[in-house]
Amino acid sequence: MSWKAILRKMREYPAIVGFVGIVIFFAVLSDRFFTLSNFLIILRQVSIQAIIAFGMTIVIISGGIDLSVGSILAFSAVVLAGFLKSGSVFVAILMALLVGAAMGAANGFIIAKGKIQPFIVTLATMAIGRSLTLVYTQGMPITGFPRSFRFIGRGDIAGVPVPIVIMLSLFALMWFILHNTKLGLYSYAIGGNETAAKLSGVKVDRYKVVIYMISGVLSAVSGIILTARLNSAQPTFGVGYELDAIAAVVLGGASLAGGKGNILGTLFGALIMGTLNNGLNILNISPFYQQAVKGIIILIAVLLEREN
Amino acid sequence: MRKFFVVMLVVALSLGIFAAKFKIGLSLSTLNNPFFVSLRDGALDKAKELGIELIVVDAQDKPSKQLNDIEDLIQQKVNLIIVNPTDSDAIVTAVEEANEAGIPVITVDRSANGGKVIVHIASDNVRGGMMAADFIAKKLGGKGKVVELVGIPGTSAARDRGKGFETELKKYPGLKLVAKQTANFNRAEGLTVMENILQAHPDIDAVFAQNDEMALGAIEAIKAEGKLGKIIVVGFDAIPDAIEAVKKGEMAATIAQQPFLMGQLAVEKAYEYLTTGTIYIPVDLKLVTIETAK
Repeated sequence: MSWKAILRKMREYPAIVGFVGIVIFFAVLSDRFFTLSNFLIILRQVSIQAIIAFGMTIVIISGGIDLSVGSILAFSAVVLAGFLKSGSVFVAILMALLVGAAMGAANGFIIAKGKIQPFIVTLATMAIGRSLTLVYTQGMPITGFPRSFRFIGRGDIAGVPVPIVIMLSLFALMWFILHNTKLGLYSYAIGGNETAAKLSGVKVDRYKVVIYMISGVLSAVSGIILTARLNSAQPTFGVGYELDAIAAVVLGGASLAGGKGNILGTLFGALIMGTLNNGLNILNISPFYQQAVKGIIILIAVLLEREN
Repeated sequence: MRKFFVVMLVVALSLGIFAAKFKIGLSLSTLNNPFFVSLRDGALDKAKELGIELIVVDAQDKPSKQLNDIEDLIQQKVNLIIVNPTDSDAIVTAVEEANEAGIPVITVDRSANGGKVIVHIASDNVRGGMMAADFIAKKLGGKGKVVELVGIPGTSAARDRGKGFETELKKYPGLKLVAKQTANFNRAEGLTVMENILQAHPDIDAVFAQNDEMALGAIEAIKAEGKLGKIIVVGFDAIPDAIEAVKKGEMAATIAQQPFLMGQLAVEKAYEYLTTGTIYIPVDLKLVTIETAK
């Protein structure tokens, strides 16, 4: 590969370049940062946001947006917790995934059949989901689950923490979907030009339901991991996660106008956000500045992308 | 004779209606937090006991929604409004509107920085922070590395608890505050922020979290590192999960605010004011440790 080709590749994946830059930055400033254990921690922390962002990626590629991910996460987490208290781990996880799928499919159905802006629909379902969560829990956290369930949050497979294994598996699955299936191809087509897609015979409505359902299921998966990590399901779970997910997707090179984006970029977009959180904590930067740092990074990344 | 009975009946009925006629509004900052749920329950409990109709509204932590909520309560002509402000400054307009409508206002937990408030019911957050510092100092023998997990930056609870903790900590030259990071009063963030801090400072001795949610998150991080028992964790609020953790010996202590009592007291004082006068009674704080957890 010539230098030019490498440079072109770098431009294609600005999030990877940004991630490497941030890692070098923190590694220079702190000797505590650049360690294997710290990277495993970052990956484990990032897994929750990244999995949501994977779902958000396909939604944004298709020209939509999903603001309800945090509420879906919360509601599936508390339903999971409720079933864990009474039934088997398997049933509880299945129920949580069903909740995620149903809420996501409802989003897609209303958006497609009602012909309403995804922003508005998911804004509404975000509020409804949060309400369901509060009603279900009466505002109290649900705590204390079987040991076997906690494996999802704290266990490891061959030294790799389970949340990271789940994240990487879902990454591979989403990569496959986006690059090797009709669903992936049509997602880009719908986001690029919905009318054209429709005219060429794509069943846009049906695919939209599936796309939002994927986002819902992935939010539920995050909810399951978060519950297992904390050994508790909180009614406040996931507040503001939609913004983190959108930020990760945009950092990864997607366009909110649709038709553009990739899952590898999203993974690194999420890694950038997670690494920033971790590094700023390790350097003990005053919390008053931390939000600004994140905002500036997002702006720089998006501006750099426009250069291309 | 019949006339007499009718008069008696009318008097009795009107008295009865009058007694139940006190309608009090309770505007809460949020019900998305067990602390305020407990506060509401205390208020409902007292209202039931005194035969008061209590209308509860939830501002979902949004100052703008709280203003609307209170305007609605004023419209409903409640006799008194108990407010738990989302923000001490943002609430002033609402308090003033109630004042203009001639409806007395009581604040709970967070105060209002303006308007006329007949009584403020709260526990002393600054003193709570000091209690935490003293407890940690005693446990560590006045020597060690301490971490502080801060609540949502800019909120009065975060400010006051931090202020009390840090001022008191300065009295112990052997105690060093090695990290001070925010986890936004949130359990999930308490976990990740503590994981990160443990990477930077694997040798810390104590953690003070400005609420229990963050403390419980931090405990999960400490457990995962296998350092449970080596690091003292002190929380704040004494929510049920935290009391469980204290009983199990995972959390060293939590500063108990008594939200149920606060809710009860608010309604009690409201009743007292509507019938007579007013007094300011602060709700005492207590330190919950393994010996006193119940």
